[in-house]
Amino acid sequence: MPSVLVVVESSDGIIKKVALEAVSYGNALAQKMSETCSVLVLGKSDAASTLGKNGADKVFVVNGEVSLSDNQSLCKLIGDQAHQEEANVIVLANNSTGRSLVGRLAARFNSGCATGVISLAENVDDLLTVERSVYAGKATAKISLSGKCKIISISSGVVPLKSDGIEVAVEMIEYAPLSKMKVIETKRITGEIPLPEADLVVSAGRGLKGPENWGIVEDLAAALGATTACSRPVADSGWRPHHEHVGQTGIAIKPKLYIALGISGAIQHLAGVNNSKVIVVINKDPEAPFFKAADYGIIGDVFEIVPRLTEAVKKIKAHQ
Amino acid sequence: MKILVCISVTPDTTSKITFKNDNTEFNAEGVQYIINPYDEWYALVKALEIKEQTSGTVTVIHMGPPAHDVMIRKALAIGADDAIRINSITDSSLQLAKNIVAHAKDFDIIFLGKETLDYQSSEAGAMVAELLDLPFISYASSLSFNDGTATVHRDIEGGVEVIEIKPPFVISASKGMAEQRIPNMKGIMTAKSKSLQVVEPISEVEQIKYLSYQLPPAKKGVTMIDANHAEELISILHEKEKLF
Ligand SMILES: Cc1cc2nc3c(=O)[nH]c(=O)nc-3n(C[C@H](O)[C@H](O)[C@H](O)COP(=O)(O)OP(=O)(O)OC[C@H]3O[C@@H](n4cnc5c(N)ncnc54)[C@H](O)[C@@H]3O)c2cc1C
Ligand SMILES: Nc1ncnc2c1ncn2[C@@H]1O[C@H](COP(=O)(O)O)[C@@H](O)[C@H]1O
Repeated sequence: MPSVLVVVESSDGIIKKVALEAVSYGNALAQKMSETCSVLVLGKSDAASTLGKNGADKVFVVNGEVSLSDNQSLCKLIGDQAHQEEANVIVLANNSTGRSLVGRLAARFNSGCATGVISLAENVDDLLTVERSVYAGKATAKISLSGKCKIISISSGVVPLKSDGIEVAVEMIEYAPLSKMKVIETKRITGEIPLPEADLVVSAGRGLKGPENWGIVEDLAAALGATTACSRPVADSGWRPHHEHVGQTGIAIKPKLYIALGISGAIQHLAGVNNSKVIVVINKDPEAPFFKAADYGIIGDVFEIVPRLTEAVKKIKAHQ
Repeated sequence: MKILVCISVTPDTTSKITFKNDNTEFNAEGVQYIINPYDEWYALVKALEIKEQTSGTVTVIHMGPPAHDVMIRKALAIGADDAIRINSITDSSLQLAKNIVAHAKDFDIIFLGKETLDYQSSEAGAMVAELLDLPFISYASSLSFNDGTATVHRDIEGGVEVIEIKPPFVISASKGMAEQRIPNMKGIMTAKSKSLQVVEPISEVEQIKYLSYQLPPAKKGVTMIDANHAEELISILHEKEKLF
């Protein structure tokens, strides 16, 4: 039976929210197209059968070691599975694994593809129409994809997370990677939610004057349960690690809340954050361009204001 | 080592983005074009560094109109040895990849940028790799060689992954891979006499079509909160926006 094949990853047995969203998306699309929603899990996980709750009709789990960076071997695996499941569409999460596979699979199937999809696809005849964000988030484009098996990676938050389905049986599939590359180490920043997945972000710029002043930023972030980010000059000066750098040349994020402290709001910075749902700007310069892109603004000194905000958050949390 | 660097041309980062013809076409009027920073600053410079350490050649390839020859000359001025321009314009990454692959046989390393600043699709590298049946290392932020084996750091969610691999491979460069180089006078002079070969495209059925564009709806405007009552912000975020 024709299907929508969703490909998700399990890292260390954990299936993350982006994956559950991809499954929910695949389910919504499969229903629209009256097809089956099949899910392929890259890597073992005890939680695989619960993907049925998120909308999977069938779940396949790869039996054996999976290196997510080995897109060459994974492409063959996914390609074979897509073939077996008669997939018309392959859905992936729009993260480093998903984005690296989209192009490979499209070349394999000689089909249209799109990364960073922000709409539920429309399917008319043999064409799939999707929207994606272009020009660093300054515009969206509507595109149509053709070919036998179209490939898309979806941004988070496109469809509501489904959780009312039923658990399904899991089928194991064999995998023999070629592995021309060897992963010798994986260094993860532990302790906080990685920036691309964070719902709440507290970010600071050159207005903080020096790395020794980041305590107030971290305190506010900790009180809110937020992840910290920074502007490019801050990372370039070594005040903060590079993985915190957001913007056009850093990472693009779209959290529910983005608080910018002492950041002027240069266009390249905005390119990475202007898809955030609520933007708060605190800057002592009333003319700072960031205010034009903000939902809420405070004109004032971050050193004076931020500790008061942290206290206010703690007060509310204490009553929860 | 024989290295190929794929360069693209994108609107300058500060460009005002507008569309014409009923929002079906990008309005290029008054827009400044640049070489995509990931391609110029990181991919090209890293390729040159490898050449300097191990000897070999660096070829740049670009698919675009004759007007882009100045960009290709810039890449030659920075230090590439020769260049190929595929004389065509396409919205389709697959069309692009097939055209690049037609000229990409026998290279040890094929470099791309992690994405173009305009379409940001991150698709071309993976396609080139699949069409050549080569490994593809995406989002690489550092690369060094030791005894013919490359050690690569690649950006993954919330961390980095360290990989060892032997050429041939395809690699896409992200920030940090190298330091931007500004062409010097000598480079600019010698670039004029370097080979820039223009080739005609192979074309096949397009599997993708850009139908229309849309600008985001304007923000409803900023609500200012008096610094003396900054705490009100937190009540709003909590009660009205329900963010925590
Ligand atoms: C090709 C290109 C790509 C780029 N990519 C990026 C990118 O990805 N990300 C990025 O961030 N930048 C990027 N930039 C740089 C960008 O143009 C800006 O230079 C940068 O964002 C400025 O950082 P900032 O806001 O921290 O510093 P500044 O512009 O110096 O702003 C500091 C702000 O802090 C305020 N301030 C100072 N003291 C206080 C105080 N006590 N209380 C409150 N406010 C205070 C000031 O009023 C000012 O508005 C890029 C530039 C180029 C050319
Ligand atoms: N027209 C082009 N000519 C040559 N290389 C290109 C072209 N467009 C994109 N590329 C390469 O493909 C990379 C990724 O582009 P994209 O897949 O569009 O995000 C770029 O960083 C370039 O290295």
